[in-house]
Amino acid sequence: MNSSLLLSIVTFVYGTAAFLYIASWVFKKNTFGKTATWTSLFGLVLNTAGIILRWIESYQLGIGHAPLSNLYESLVFYAWSLILLYLVVEKKYGSQIIGAFTTPIAFLSMAYASLSPNINDRIQPLLPALKSNWLIAHVVTCFIGYAAFGIAFGISIMYLLKDRAGDDAGPLIARFPDIRILDELNHQMIMFGFLFLTGGIITGSVWANSAWGRYWGWDPKETWSLITWFIYATMLHARLMRGWRGKRIAFLSMTGFAAVLFTYLGVNLLPGLHSYGSMGQ
Amino acid sequence: MSDSRQSAGFSGALTSFFSSVRLTVVLLLTLAVTSIIGTVIPQNQNPSLYVMNYGEFLYRLFSVLDFFDMYHSWWFQLLLILLAVNIVVCSIERLSKTWKIIFPDRVTIRPERFRQASERLEARLPGEPEGYRDKIQNLMSKNFGTGTLYSTDSGYYVWAEKGRWTRLGVYVVHLSVVCLLIGGLIGSIWGFDGYVNIPEGDTVNAIQLSGNNKKHALDFEIRCDKFNIQFYDTGVPSEYRSTLTILQNDKPVITRDIIVNDPLQFNGINFYQSSYSQVPGTGVVLSFVSKATGMEYLEKAVVGQTLSIPEGLGTFTLTDFGMGFQFRGHDIGDAFVGAWKPATGEPVEIVLPVKFPSFDKMRKGDITISIAEMQTRYATGLQITYDPGVWIVYSGFLLMIIGCIITFFMFHQQIYIEAGIEKNQTAIIVSGVSKKNRLGIENRVQRLMNAINK
Repeated sequence: MNSSLLLSIVTFVYGTAAFLYIASWVFKKNTFGKTATWTSLFGLVLNTAGIILRWIESYQLGIGHAPLSNLYESLVFYAWSLILLYLVVEKKYGSQIIGAFTTPIAFLSMAYASLSPNINDRIQPLLPALKSNWLIAHVVTCFIGYAAFGIAFGISIMYLLKDRAGDDAGPLIARFPDIRILDELNHQMIMFGFLFLTGGIITGSVWANSAWGRYWGWDPKETWSLITWFIYATMLHARLMRGWRGKRIAFLSMTGFAAVLFTYLGVNLLPGLHSYGSMGQ
Repeated sequence: MSDSRQSAGFSGALTSFFSSVRLTVVLLLTLAVTSIIGTVIPQNQNPSLYVMNYGEFLYRLFSVLDFFDMYHSWWFQLLLILLAVNIVVCSIERLSKTWKIIFPDRVTIRPERFRQASERLEARLPGEPEGYRDKIQNLMSKNFGTGTLYSTDSGYYVWAEKGRWTRLGVYVVHLSVVCLLIGGLIGSIWGFDGYVNIPEGDTVNAIQLSGNNKKHALDFEIRCDKFNIQFYDTGVPSEYRSTLTILQNDKPVITRDIIVNDPLQFNGINFYQSSYSQVPGTGVVLSFVSKATGMEYLEKAVVGQTLSIPEGLGTFTLTDFGMGFQFRGHDIGDAFVGAWKPATGEPVEIVLPVKFPSFDKMRKGDITISIAEMQTRYATGLQITYDPGVWIVYSGFLLMIIGCIITFFMFHQQIYIEAGIEKNQTAIIVSGVSKKNRLGIENRVQRLMNAINK
């Protein structure tokens, strides 16, 4: 059993969990819901094992480093963070329907990592520029932030569906949590994500200063992370100071997640220093 | 903030303009949107490249708008300055209003506020209010913090609060942004950033500044003792390492290895491993071919050395070396220059391109000279920066993290529990106020009420 195989299984497990969450929402079957939670928990355990195994394998190859160094590894870690954070939210707020809108993101992330022919899942040696203790701090903070924004994205979709349906919502939408809770939860996730995005930008900045002698260089990835930060900062100010609620916040949250995706994946179409996100790496 | 306030005069209007959160929202979104430009248009490239890609017209237009170096353009900097002013004015205005709330001389409690708060639960319990006093006070101190007891006409109430100071969190975040901007400004005014290539064994005392063609003199010297690359089995580089020595008054002060991610600091100046190149070594093997006999003589030489050539063909002095040497307007690559002094007659200057050994044949002299063999050595490429603002920026980073944690996850919360006699029963009110954490306080009120009912 190697880590790539184990992580392919995780893809399948997350897919099953996402399916069960959706089934539980659509058919209103409690057994589906319970199974969904246990399946995601099982997936999370396998995912953790896969990451640790990959770490060990890299040491066996004599190029030991944390498995956070290329696109494949970051997608795997993203799925891990998202499922972990979602399970915490589920435990705290007790709504499984949110799982139907967020766990598919983790599944897609894993599926993209495992199945895309453009993504290399081999363990590669670290480039000299990535050999730093800041690597782990930077990647972990960024991806926990991205995970929170991913969940906020799922909740925003739910908010908009519920808002559009209004009072005469069909049974599917009526099962959503109260619209006030969705709005609040969206906000909570954004605050959490914003803190970690800020931490991610800061750790990246300190790292850049120790590697290249500048803490900010307007490299496209840096700039896009700042654009994302601006969008969420706008949202927080609009909500806290100008009392924006609901729909507008949901739209901003979705725009923010689009910026997150572009920062993460889209920027590689532009020139820059963040090789770990690029296809061949 | 002050949108609805009437302001008198120009300064009033200015203050109210800069203290509006609407301006903040507009500025943040404008910064977000305009920042995209510089990620789509490559920055600081050669003008000819731009003309090629965008055509003459767009090139002119983009030049006028500073799109090719937009993050340093006047309009982008103006947006940042406006944001800074906005943050400062807004914060001062708000803080002056909320200061009294955050640091009150004496906290005044208005029971009416709590009796009407929306996060409030009421209950009727048997018995006298006095019978519940210990229970309520215990619950309060166990779950929330020591409460203060006040008497009312019909009974009493206990009030407690937490985290009043957390209202300062948002100002910490704003201060941190100001730190970042000031630190950045200081760095751009008094700092510098440049690079230098030092061949192994060589010493330099000046660097090339980035962004312009100026040199910057250092008040010490830096020598590259050694440069080394290590490779993984796959042939990919795993480490670039330079051994550097700092010299002051020709005396070595520090000798240290640097690798990527581990720079050398001296006098506040940082030296980063950034690139490397290969340059000719100091020694070469020269080939002299005599026209008369056809014999080839090989001699080792270094720059500055004079050799005497066999067969009485005079002397040869290696005088200079140049990279990208220009010969009659053509780039002939790396080349040495020497002076040949025949036994009789004037000295002749001879160019010896490394890549073209038969170059000197064209001269058709008594002797043909060429470079037979050249040793190469590494030159380390160093990025050199000096940024006196970096510690202000780092303080800003720290403040921002602390401020965000306070602002997002800590709240000012007040809990109020009242017990009063009403028709021979005790009327209990449990109420909570927390502007930023309604759901949280609602849960807490519910839990307290459950505990009292038990």
